[in-house]
Amino acid sequence: MVDAATPLRRVNAPEASAVNTAVLHAPLAAPRRSLERSTAEPAWVRVLLIATALLFLGVFLFVPLAAVFYEALRKGVPVYFKAVVEPDALSAVWLTLVTAAIAVPLNLVFGVAAAWAIAKFEFRGKNLLLTLIDLPFSVSPVIAGLIYVLVFGLQGWFGGWLAGHDLKVIFAVPGILAATLFVTFPFVARELIPLMQAQGTEEEEAAVVLGASGWQVLWRVTLPNVKWGLLYGVILCNARAMGEFGAVSVVSGHIRGLTNTLPLHVEILYNEYQFAAAFATASLLALLALVTLVLKAWVERRFREHRS
Amino acid sequence: MSIEVKGLNKRFGTFAALDNVSLEVRSGELLALLGPSGSGKTTLLRVIAGLETVDSGQVLFHGADATSQHVRERNVGFVFQHYALFRHMSIFENVAFGLRVRPKQRRPAESEIRRKVMELLGLVQLDWLADRYPQQLSGGQRQRIALARALAVEPQVLLLDEPFGALDAKVRQELRRWLRRLHDEMHITSVFVTHDQDEALEVSDRVVVMNEGRIQQVGTPQEVYDHPVNAFVYQFLGNVNLFHGRMDEGRALIGRGEVPVPTHGESPSGAAVAYARPHDIDVVRPIHGEHGIAARVEHLLAVGPVVRIDLQPDDGAVPIHAEISRELAGSLALVAGDRVLVRPRQVRVFAA
Repeated sequence: MVDAATPLRRVNAPEASAVNTAVLHAPLAAPRRSLERSTAEPAWVRVLLIATALLFLGVFLFVPLAAVFYEALRKGVPVYFKAVVEPDALSAVWLTLVTAAIAVPLNLVFGVAAAWAIAKFEFRGKNLLLTLIDLPFSVSPVIAGLIYVLVFGLQGWFGGWLAGHDLKVIFAVPGILAATLFVTFPFVARELIPLMQAQGTEEEEAAVVLGASGWQVLWRVTLPNVKWGLLYGVILCNARAMGEFGAVSVVSGHIRGLTNTLPLHVEILYNEYQFAAAFATASLLALLALVTLVLKAWVERRFREHRS
Repeated sequence: MSIEVKGLNKRFGTFAALDNVSLEVRSGELLALLGPSGSGKTTLLRVIAGLETVDSGQVLFHGADATSQHVRERNVGFVFQHYALFRHMSIFENVAFGLRVRPKQRRPAESEIRRKVMELLGLVQLDWLADRYPQQLSGGQRQRIALARALAVEPQVLLLDEPFGALDAKVRQELRRWLRRLHDEMHITSVFVTHDQDEALEVSDRVVVMNEGRIQQVGTPQEVYDHPVNAFVYQFLGNVNLFHGRMDEGRALIGRGEVPVPTHGESPSGAAVAYARPHDIDVVRPIHGEHGIAARVEHLLAVGPVVRIDLQPDDGAVPIHAEISRELAGSLALVAGDRVLVRPRQVRVFAA
């Protein structure tokens, strides 16, 4: 092995010469800057575009968001807290958390399984499966809710059987859960499929050749490779699970303290002209959204670093 | 550990990737599978590894049937074309992977894993990179890490898919000499796939030339280069000129000249195509009465020790490429436009 050392040291020589190339490239920096200038717009166009974007953001995003907190606190902090800790509000918070706590892990498992199957294997009906995964994105949430009413409702297909066994799906927690699962179905899978497809199957093959079992490949190679994409999908999935209104509204029945999630509770309060309470509850959802945004931005940054 | 494959067939749709392929890899040898893309060489390698199933045929490891054995149980080392290093693991963990995934009763102790991995990293001379990640390494370094990872499980067979395909010319040449020396030390039965004839001829003990899913020829580098069995092998192993002429009692009549042809069995007669390497072609100044193919010098190019000459024959046939030494070129003092006589010194004729 002693004589093998000489050529191998020379293998590293191109890296040392990188210093020289950097020096060579230095004079090129000047023309590149003028190239940038040639593709840039005149100053007034830039100002106009940026101003339009900022105005739009302000009117449609920041003002409403600020209004939520302003209205919530308008009648003072005690009113705000009273609205938030009121039993019906707490029950809505609890139901929202429970729904998300069940729906997100289920969709996490489903999403990983579906993405793995689609990205790493060839099989018949793959395109059909892809279309089905996208279905909740293309169907209105109200229709999603209605489907469950038609299937599990009292007049629905399984309505009689369910009533006979004293099981309640519609106007109860299972219905809310089912509707939430439906609308959050695609988030994790959609996030993972392109990532896994881009990564290919070579690393998995390498792991199997080295003696890894299917589980070991999944836990040691496939999942660690997509962990940031997975977390990103989970965050989006969670945000939707907690914020979903349409589908849940159809199946919930709006029973106070029982089948009201946070978004539904906001609506009820608002319809009853309890504006301060409605906005106080809405501010909880808005805070949740802000936390999600911060998390999402952080994960996105880690994700990019991980990729480069 | 010898490998034998018998009557392998593999189709992808209507495309025959392997067409009745039989081959024996001797214990301890370094064998090259050489062929153009789509010739089935990578498929054959993956079948041996167990990464691909066959439609029919058998794979035998040391005489025992391994056709239905799972890739996990075959105990082969596989080096992928694009290395396939685990991107989220350090170099150390990459090499340790094969040891860590073993069932508990066969898994070495942590200290033993550490010793083994550092020994392998020392073998590929990259032990100083143990804590880095694959993205931080150059192509040549990744290649050697991929090799160390494959060797960590002490495979009975080492399989390499285009091991130097993604590297630049200089690194590639050094790495292949290094691989040859490594093999001479370890004597592990190895098969590597390449489309580069220089690589195959320089590194391997024996070369298997493949085309369109079939094995064309098996032999030592010298055998396949000097005694190609058909026109494909001859053309694939180097540059070549074609001459249309006639065969007559062991001589090829080309232009007004004739060249003796080494015969294998019966020699064909009648119209034939003769093949000659550029370095087997003489170029002389036209002298009255001398025979040869009259041609005009189109272009001269001095590359290293040889001068490449493009020649256009007067009869309008396809251009001829010749390579002569610098000294000879100097004494001929050729310039573009000169008229010369071209005489193949050695040709080969293959039965149609």
